[in-house]
Amino acid sequence: MARQTASIQKAEASIYSYWFLVPAFFIFVIFFVIPTAISLYFSMTVWSFDSSTFCGFDNYKMFFSEYALTIGIKNTFIYAFLTSGSKVVLAFLIAVFLTGKIRTRNVLRSIVFFPNLVSTVAVGIAFKAILHPTKGYINQFINLFGLSSVDWLGNRSLALFSVAAVDIWKGLSIATVIYVAGIASIDHSYYEASSIDGASRWQTLRYVTIPLTAASRNTVIILSLIGGLRSFELIWTMTAGGPGFASDVMPSIIYKQYTQGFFGLSTAGNVILLVMISIVIFPLQKLLSKSEEAMR
Amino acid sequence: MKMKKRNPGSLAAEIIGWIVAVSLFVLPFLFVAFNSLKDRRGANKLNFTPPDVFHWENYVEVIRNNRYQILTAFKNSAEITFFSLIVLVGCSAMAGYIIQRRRTRVTAAANKLLLVGLMVPVSILPTIWLLRSLNIYKTLFSMVMIESALNLPFTIMLYRGFMDTIPTELEEAAWIDGCNKWAVFSRIIFPLLKPVTSTVIILNAVTIFNDFTNPLYFYPSNANVTVQLTIYNYISQFQSSYNLLFADVILITLPMLLLFIIFNKRIISGMVSGAVKG
Repeated sequence: MARQTASIQKAEASIYSYWFLVPAFFIFVIFFVIPTAISLYFSMTVWSFDSSTFCGFDNYKMFFSEYALTIGIKNTFIYAFLTSGSKVVLAFLIAVFLTGKIRTRNVLRSIVFFPNLVSTVAVGIAFKAILHPTKGYINQFINLFGLSSVDWLGNRSLALFSVAAVDIWKGLSIATVIYVAGIASIDHSYYEASSIDGASRWQTLRYVTIPLTAASRNTVIILSLIGGLRSFELIWTMTAGGPGFASDVMPSIIYKQYTQGFFGLSTAGNVILLVMISIVIFPLQKLLSKSEEAMR
Repeated sequence: MKMKKRNPGSLAAEIIGWIVAVSLFVLPFLFVAFNSLKDRRGANKLNFTPPDVFHWENYVEVIRNNRYQILTAFKNSAEITFFSLIVLVGCSAMAGYIIQRRRTRVTAAANKLLLVGLMVPVSILPTIWLLRSLNIYKTLFSMVMIESALNLPFTIMLYRGFMDTIPTELEEAAWIDGCNKWAVFSRIIFPLLKPVTSTVIILNAVTIFNDFTNPLYFYPSNANVTVQLTIYNYISQFQSSYNLLFADVILITLPMLLLFIIFNKRIISGMVSGAVKG
């Protein structure tokens, strides 16, 4: 870079014109950046689309004082960390299995990858029936062992975790894809070296596969955390935040406030969600990329 | 891969793998498929048994429901997906190309902005407010723009990552031979991007076709209804007829299943290469 002369820079500027950036960034700025910027103002107002009255931090104060709203902040964090953590571990185990020496590898991969293509609403409908309090087959299976049925989605202390379990089921698929790609890109010479050194399977996993999939793992952690913090569709189709507010998360609260006409409050929820994601993701990203560097 | 010896443990592992995969991923699908073919009373028992008689008429009934609403929905979703893909492929390929090739303050800032865009949630009501002010709320155009804007950061990242693998010699030669900058991009670079373009199409088509939240906010009302909104509305309508609700679920999953079976290799390798760069 340093030895580039002025004339090359000039040629570069004319081949790689900034005009190529314009269409993408025009759309991105108009339909994404500007609404995000003005949400800061509207979150401090009482407004309908036609008129707005400034009210300072009232909406935010309400978010941190009303139980029906604060529970959303708590649930969002629980949901995100629980689903993300489970996906990081389970998907890794599945991926190790799917990259191992098994005959029917491709069929099994297809089965595991398919949920990627099924819509979240369809998954929600299917699992709502599967988790039905009396007739669902999970409960019928439990009954076989003489245990009594569980109201997976109707029980206040369980609902959030039941939805989280279904979220893990659906999300395992993409997380596994990411790990499989990571494991497949590990150079075979590492495995040959470890087998020459007489490493056991566990040692190979511990000292070769786990460190060398750090990049994939970090991708899974970041993507699943962002996805978990923004999760709406599954919760909305399975419990709609209920029973009561027991499984409400920020995005479902944002939607509820909107349908009830509290636009300012809803927008404040949006800004709070943005802050929640930032305070989790930014430091984590720094930390993860630092540890990734250290491993090399 | 010369060590192909098989130990007895790997067969056991394979069998356990199959049991887990089938019970976790195949059974839910079979359960829905079986019950979609039963009569109403049979389906409402939510039993895990194959139907005695196959009631294919359930499918006819859900297709005819609400004056063939599901067909309109398929058409709407297909339109949104198709136009968004055109915008996404065109804009992202150009942007990814410049961001990777030219390392300046401008492109570095553009890249930062995209990274932030990957995580920030949509500001829903301000967006609706903006669309209303521009008089484009509840239009196909605005829905296409929103799906494009939301998927641009990820798509540009994919293109930028792939540009790393294309040597600069080709475009330099074309430039010296007198191609202008647009010709360099459209005749030399864009055709070379074909592998990543197919990844981009697969990933975005699935995301946009299956999107529920954004049409819920930005494309409401009956005439504009999309596939995911239709199925969501059927939850309350078919509350007491699981056979019809499940027939709907199968109906909206079937196109994806067919695509998956036909393009299995392409889709899986697309997802895998998307995952590496993502």
